[in-house]
Amino acid sequence: MFNFFAFGFFVRIWVSVQQKVSVEVLDHLEHLALVDFRDAEGVERLQKAIEFADQLHEVNTDGVEPMDSVLEDRCLYLREDDVTEGNCAKELLENAREKVEEYFVAPPGNIPLPKLGERETFLQGS
Amino acid sequence: MVIDENAVDTAHFGLISIAFAIIPNAGQPLGVLDGIPVAVKDNFNTAGIETTCASNMLRGYISPYNATVVQKLLDQGAVLLGKTNLDEFAMGALGSDTGGSTRNPAAHCGVVGLKPTYGLISRHGLIPLVNSMDVPGILTRCVDDAALMLGSLAGHDPKDSTTVQDKFKPFELPNLTDVSQLSIGIPKEYHAPGLSSEILSLWSKAADLFRNAGAKVVEVSLPHTRYSIVCYHVLCTAEVASNMARFDGLEYGHRSDMNKSTESMYAATRREGFNDVVRGRILSGNYFLLKQNYEKYFIKAQKVRRLIANDFVKVFRSGVDVLLTPTTLSDAAPYMEFIKEDNRTRSAQDDILTQAANMAGLPAITVPTALSERGLPVGLQFIGRSFQEQQLLTVAKWFEKQVQFPVIQLEEVKRHDHSVFQHQKSSSFSYHRTC
Repeated sequence: MFNFFAFGFFVRIWVSVQQKVSVEVLDHLEHLALVDFRDAEGVERLQKAIEFADQLHEVNTDGVEPMDSVLEDRCLYLREDDVTEGNCAKELLENAREKVEEYFVAPPGNIPLPKLGERETFLQGS
Repeated sequence: MVIDENAVDTAHFGLISIAFAIIPNAGQPLGVLDGIPVAVKDNFNTAGIETTCASNMLRGYISPYNATVVQKLLDQGAVLLGKTNLDEFAMGALGSDTGGSTRNPAAHCGVVGLKPTYGLISRHGLIPLVNSMDVPGILTRCVDDAALMLGSLAGHDPKDSTTVQDKFKPFELPNLTDVSQLSIGIPKEYHAPGLSSEILSLWSKAADLFRNAGAKVVEVSLPHTRYSIVCYHVLCTAEVASNMARFDGLEYGHRSDMNKSTESMYAATRREGFNDVVRGRILSGNYFLLKQNYEKYFIKAQKVRRLIANDFVKVFRSGVDVLLTPTTLSDAAPYMEFIKEDNRTRSAQDDILTQAANMAGLPAITVPTALSERGLPVGLQFIGRSFQEQQLLTVAKWFEKQVQFPVIQLEEVKRHDHSVFQHQKSSSFSYHRTC
C-alpha cells in the first residue's frame, strides 16, 4: 500500500517537472511581447509563475461565470458623441523623440524580427 | 512629514517654503485643502512635471495633463510638494492600491491608509497597472483627514467610464458613542500562515474592545481567501501584459537608438526601459493569455475572482456591517531582511491580508493600532460594504479614538540612535497636525 502511494507521488512530481515550457513557446512569447527572457533566470521565473498559477486548478469552479468587473451590475457611462477637447498636437509631440512636422517617425516597418536561429538570443543555447 | 531622498523622486523644494508661508489669494481659502502640502505617487500624471513610474521607460516624460485626482487636489488649494518614489510601474509598493499598496505601507508607518470602493474615485491620469482593480489610495495621519480627502476626490468623472454615476455627498464623521447596533465580523481565514503572534494578539484585543463596548462580534468565513494571491497573480500579469504594450518609444518615453526596423526598435526600447520584474510579468501575462492557456488560466482566474467576491457578499448579507482583520503579517522588516527574498514571494506574503478587498472592489482602511516590541507601528484593517465609506470610516474613527495610537516622534528616535533607522541619512523636519 505504501509503495503504491509513493509511486503515484513520484509519477506526479515527474510529470510536473517534465512540463517545462518548450523553446518554441518561449520564442513565440518573445515575439508577442517584444520583450526578451535575457537569461536562464528569466525562463526560470516564467516556469515558477506557471507552477504558482497551477494552484488555481484546486478550486472547483463548475457553474461559475468569469468576472470581468466588480461593477458588472451597473450600466457603463456613455457620453454624447461631441468633440469637447483636442487640438493639442503640439503638447503631444513634445514628448516624442523622433518627429517630423506633425508626424511621429518610426523606423521601416514590415521587417519581421529575425527568427530564433538567426538572432542573438539566450534561447538558442537552451 | 519627513522627506527622505529615496522617498521623493521629484521635489518641489521651492514650494516647501511657500506651503508654510501665507498663500495670498485675496484672503479667501481656495477650498477645504487650502495650503495643505500633499505628495503624489509618481504614477499619477502631473501637468508640466516629470512622471516616471520609477521606470527608465518614462524617464524625461513630462505629463501634458493632470490626473483628475491631482486636478481636484489643486482645485481645493492643496500644494504639491513632490512625487513619491515607488517600485517600477507600481509593481510592489506605495499611493495607489491594486493589491494593498496603500494599506501595507500605511500600517508599517503608523498612518491611516484608505482604499476606497472601486469606481468611487477617478483613475483618469493614473498610469494603469490592473485596470479592474486599481484605485487611488489615500494616506493621512487620522481618519477625519481621510474623510476630508475622500470628500474632495470622490465622484463621477466623465473622463473615467469606470467611475459610478451616483452622486457622491462628502461627509463629516460623527463621534460614535454607541456601538451596540454594530456587527463586526472576524474572518477566520485571515489568521494566515506567518501571522506574527504580536499581531494576532492585537487583533484579538481589538475584537474584545468592540465586544466589551456592546457590539456584536462574530466569527465568519471567507473560504476562498487563500486563492486571492494566485488569482491576482494571473489577472495582474495578464492586464500588465496588455497595459505595458503601449510603451514602444514612439510617442513618449524612452526610445532606443536601434533603428533597423520598427519591431527591433520596439524590442530594444523595451529591453532597455523595463526592469526584470516588469519584463517577467509581461512574459508571464502573455503566457496566460495564449490561446492554448486562456481558458485554463485567465478565465479560470476570473471565475475564482467571482468566488472570492461572493464570499464577501454572503458575509455582508448575513448581517455583518464591517470586517476586522490584521493588515500585515508582521511589523516592517528591516532593509537587509527585506531584500533577501525575491519579489513574487515577498508580495505573496505581504498582500495576503489586503488583496481580497481589491478582488472584490470593497473599501478598506488600515488604522494605526499599537507599536510592536521593536517599536514599529502595526495597524489593523476594516473592510466595509461597497460604497459604504461613511459607515466604514465612522467605525474606524471610533476605533482610532479607543486605541490612542502613540504618534512616532521621529526626531527623538533618531537622537537615541535606534538601530532600525541607521540606514537612513535623510535630513528631516517634522510636521505636526492636530486632527
